[in-house]
Amino acid sequence: MDKAASAMQLDDDPDANAGQQHPIGVYLKVWGYLFILSAFSYMVDYFGFEGLLRWSLIIIFMLLKAGLIVSVFMHMVWERLSLIYAILVPPLCLAVLVGLMALESDYTFWTRIVFAGNETPLIEGH
Amino acid sequence: MSNSPVTHTDHTAAPHSLESLVSDWSTDQEVFKKVQWGKAMMWIFLLSDTFIFSCFLTAYMTVRASTVVAWPNPSEVFALTLFGESIPLILIAIMTFVLISSSGTMAMAVNFAYRRNRKATGLLMLATAALGAMFVGMQAFEWTKLIQEGVRPWGNPWGAPQFGASFFMITGFHGFHVTCGVIYLTTIAIRVLNGVYERNGKYEVVEIAGLYWHFVDLVWVFIFAFFYLW
Repeated sequence: MDKAASAMQLDDDPDANAGQQHPIGVYLKVWGYLFILSAFSYMVDYFGFEGLLRWSLIIIFMLLKAGLIVSVFMHMVWERLSLIYAILVPPLCLAVLVGLMALESDYTFWTRIVFAGNETPLIEGH
Repeated sequence: MSNSPVTHTDHTAAPHSLESLVSDWSTDQEVFKKVQWGKAMMWIFLLSDTFIFSCFLTAYMTVRASTVVAWPNPSEVFALTLFGESIPLILIAIMTFVLISSSGTMAMAVNFAYRRNRKATGLLMLATAALGAMFVGMQAFEWTKLIQEGVRPWGNPWGAPQFGASFFMITGFHGFHVTCGVIYLTTIAIRVLNGVYERNGKYEVVEIAGLYWHFVDLVWVFIFAFFYLW
């Protein structure tokens, strides 16, 4: 009963439902940006940029696209801080995982180079 | 009797202030105030899905960085010959644009849902599902082509054998998500067109479905960057 009452209160609250109503122009603009950014990332491959330039461009375009999708299409900028933090903070743990695995794979790589030597079929292709 | 929720006293704090963060998290009953239950739960689900996809991508990073054999060049592997010319990565580019278009139509559908426009919402959702189905179709084509060229989870003609395992696992799991999304969106679209949400006033169901769909697009952004472009 208590729950139902508070739920109804939530539904009647004008900005509970209308909270995510935004001008269509915002979505169209973001949609356009996503197209442009995707075209840019494809161009990175098409023109065959290499090395640091390639990686930084790929990462920048990727993060911009992800940011636009999460913040506008998924309405994250208009949510309360308690939800934003609950969703965006835990994935930071993944940075630790990536860091650990990067170290580990580097170690594996050099172990293979050192111990597999030149006569194993592993690196025959080189 | 007087069990009216004390938990609602802090609605006054501005939604983006640290004060609201602290008061939301320190109340007894509901942390996510003014957020519909289904929406909060969809976010939690998407958070767990983020961890799954991140584990796949991290595993891919690990095998790619530790192999001493050259990694197959995705730019060439995914090239298509169109009009007598080999265009690098073209199928993946088209798939990317299809998925972004579907995200746009979905955002429009959510917008029309909050304007209580039943027909526009339903049709835009069906358009989104159709674009999603198109994406899965192109992915099926891509898989067929690669399997015919001899790519297997344990080997391929061009280099590091881990390529196939990573490819099938990552794109397969993503394709599975898109397929589920197509079914999910079609179901909700039919219910919208039948006026179910008009009667019960729960149009946020469309927004929740939208969250899932945008997430699928979001994952593709990372797969596109790390698997196909890297």
